[in-house]
Amino acid sequence: MTWQGWLQILIYVAVLTALTPVLGGYMARVYMGRRVVALERVLGPVERGFYRVVRTDPDREQDWKQYGRTVLVFSALFWLALYALLRLQGVLPFNPLRFDGAPWNVTFNTTSSFVTNTNWQYYGGETTMSHFSQMAGLAVQNFVSAAVGMAVLAAVIRGFARRETSKLGNFWVDLTRTLLYILLPLSVIGTLLLVSQGVVQTFTGSVSLTTLHGFEQVLALGPVASQIAIKQLGTNGGGFFNVNSSFPFENATTFSNFVEMLFILLIPAAATYQYGRMIGRLRQGWALYVAMLLMFAIGVGNAHYNEARATPALQAAGVHATAGHGSTGGNLQDKEQRFGIADTALWGTATTDASNGSVNGSHESFSGFGGMTPLVNMMTGEVIFGGVGSGLYGMLLLVLLTVFLAGLMVGRTPEYLGKKIQAREVKIVAIGTLYMPVVVLVAAALAIAVPAGKKSIYDSGPQGFSETLYAYTSQTNNNGSAFAGYTGFVQPNAPGNEGATGVPFADLVGGLVMLLGRFVPLLAALAVAGSLAAKRPAPAGPGTFRTDSPVFLVLLVGVVAIVAALSFLPGLALGPIVQGLTHQLF
Amino acid sequence: MRRDIVGSVIAIVVLTLGLGLVYPLVMTGVAQVTFHDRANGSQVKRDGRTVGSSLIGQDFRKPVLENGKPKLDEDGNPVLEADPGWFQSRPSQSGYSANATFFANLGPNQKDLADQTRANLDAYLALERPYTPTLAAAGVPVDAVTSSASGVDPHISAANARIQANRIAAVRKAPLDRVLALVRRNTDGRALGALGEPGVNVLGLNLAVDKEFPLR
Repeated sequence: MTWQGWLQILIYVAVLTALTPVLGGYMARVYMGRRVVALERVLGPVERGFYRVVRTDPDREQDWKQYGRTVLVFSALFWLALYALLRLQGVLPFNPLRFDGAPWNVTFNTTSSFVTNTNWQYYGGETTMSHFSQMAGLAVQNFVSAAVGMAVLAAVIRGFARRETSKLGNFWVDLTRTLLYILLPLSVIGTLLLVSQGVVQTFTGSVSLTTLHGFEQVLALGPVASQIAIKQLGTNGGGFFNVNSSFPFENATTFSNFVEMLFILLIPAAATYQYGRMIGRLRQGWALYVAMLLMFAIGVGNAHYNEARATPALQAAGVHATAGHGSTGGNLQDKEQRFGIADTALWGTATTDASNGSVNGSHESFSGFGGMTPLVNMMTGEVIFGGVGSGLYGMLLLVLLTVFLAGLMVGRTPEYLGKKIQAREVKIVAIGTLYMPVVVLVAAALAIAVPAGKKSIYDSGPQGFSETLYAYTSQTNNNGSAFAGYTGFVQPNAPGNEGATGVPFADLVGGLVMLLGRFVPLLAALAVAGSLAAKRPAPAGPGTFRTDSPVFLVLLVGVVAIVAALSFLPGLALGPIVQGLTHQLF
Repeated sequence: MRRDIVGSVIAIVVLTLGLGLVYPLVMTGVAQVTFHDRANGSQVKRDGRTVGSSLIGQDFRKPVLENGKPKLDEDGNPVLEADPGWFQSRPSQSGYSANATFFANLGPNQKDLADQTRANLDAYLALERPYTPTLAAAGVPVDAVTSSASGVDPHISAANARIQANRIAAVRKAPLDRVLALVRRNTDGRALGALGEPGVNVLGLNLAVDKEFPLR
């Protein structure tokens, strides 16, 4: 650990906090009415034209069931379209390296992964995907799956804010405005910032050359920057290259690294302020921001502290990992020199707090305890900032759970924002929060128990267990980062995908848990919002439990921690905790 | 339901065209005009010939000879060792491949990782000790013996470069302070003075050294 490392983390938090009200206030305006943001003067005709072609009346709002049904139909059809596009890659254009489509089971996994905003990748981008698949297939989903999450959040917030109505908004309006006025402009800015640092943006497939010392080297190129900008912003995380944002053409400099890290949490953090603005109580939004930041700080502190030490393997090899005198020190295995310890720990924390899942170094090579930061972050259900849209609506379910528990403790009917929380809401909240540990634990246990699950494991000993637990935690929570030794796709040596095989168990179980992990909480949040929208808020009295006070923050963080700990402590004890406590090699 | 289906199908076509083709095409056009060199991979030329990218690390090892022929490993690939005339990049799990990348993916308690790292450490000490006699395992910077994430890390640490500078100065019969000056000139600092870690660009450094103090 160095003071420069802590300073960078502080700078990151300061910039993020400063941008939260700026972007959050803007996002609230985008969702609170039409003809209110300056960009509409330019893009307004596009917006209105889109409503015409999809045949929606932008003034007609939907109730939660209609809204949810449109989301499901839209996502299901997009799933089919993406699946077809990826399988037909061999006959589609922009395929300079002549890649065939991946096998059906791998494509099932990949398609589910991108439609659910997970971006779990069993394939290696630069060795599997044509430029057309990357741009017209995967990058489109980076935009659209993110926009779906943000649209649903806007609808859910309206449910909290409104009174005595069944209407939550129009899905097409929310989707279109998210894309046109939030994601697209930020992506354009991001692309230009990244290209200025050396992230490539071209339609050339690759350049072959002879290096200074006489070796053949092939530089894989492509339309990378435009895809990476939205991959970071939309908490997608699926890289153009297999090693994601550690590859210099995807993340060239220490400055591009800062931009990409900032983009991970930018929208999820701003959403807390958007929430406060839309319900007309800014303090409630800031309270959620502070709760999230607190858990973020614990995670990054732990990762930075533990990664700055030599792992048992490095110690056994006789390496001294002291920092200083021009050396980064620490566990630099599978990390880049230009990012060092602090920025890799910071990235690893941010990317698993948000359900982003991009990496700038290998999480698998994190130390036992250091690797618990990404793992535990995901086990909270992706609510520490969380995915765009999905993070905050997941957190709002936990807020209701906390209010309910607090109500039980003092024997009062729980209420939030003046609305009574009753049996129906609490039941839905219970489903929306507890399905996740159940799915993760069942899938991981199955993968460990059956022989078909063991085919995917790469490392021996407890690390092999950690790989499995990480894989199903990440996919169920729509994160997408990995202990990447775990595999569902065996790449051939020859160019193209001929001869490639998938691991059907890993591909299918993974694909399934991603779909469940996306749509169960999404529908639960919409259902709760629908039922809250119908209620009439009561004015706050002297007995009202305040939900923007430090006491509430402690309770909320406690609930998040307890739900995660009760579910996952035994699992963690078998993997990373064992490794953190022992110096034994396996 | 019917309305949802029709609307979705049209939306999918329109969004795929707009976000999947128009957006990347426009961004590529803008990038090619405004940042032409960087958008195309920051290629480095020497004598008119492209010798690499300033962002991508390269291999500076040479084949090990056995009875005048390259020694092969059990897979039939040539065994390589560091070429003492050049600054060496960080070890790579992927043979410095820039078109098929992968992580080493070895966990913190893996015996394989310990073995690999020890081999890297032994090789580093064997290479540098003749020129830096005081060098001990405790003085070897961690970047010199661990593989990077990308496999093509363009940088090494300043500590690593300073140790290697002793060897380069001796082999190329160059004054040490000149070599160290080139090391400093090829160091990329922290962005805005605070972000990331400083690193010495190995390709840039080797180009500069080879220009000023050619071998033989």
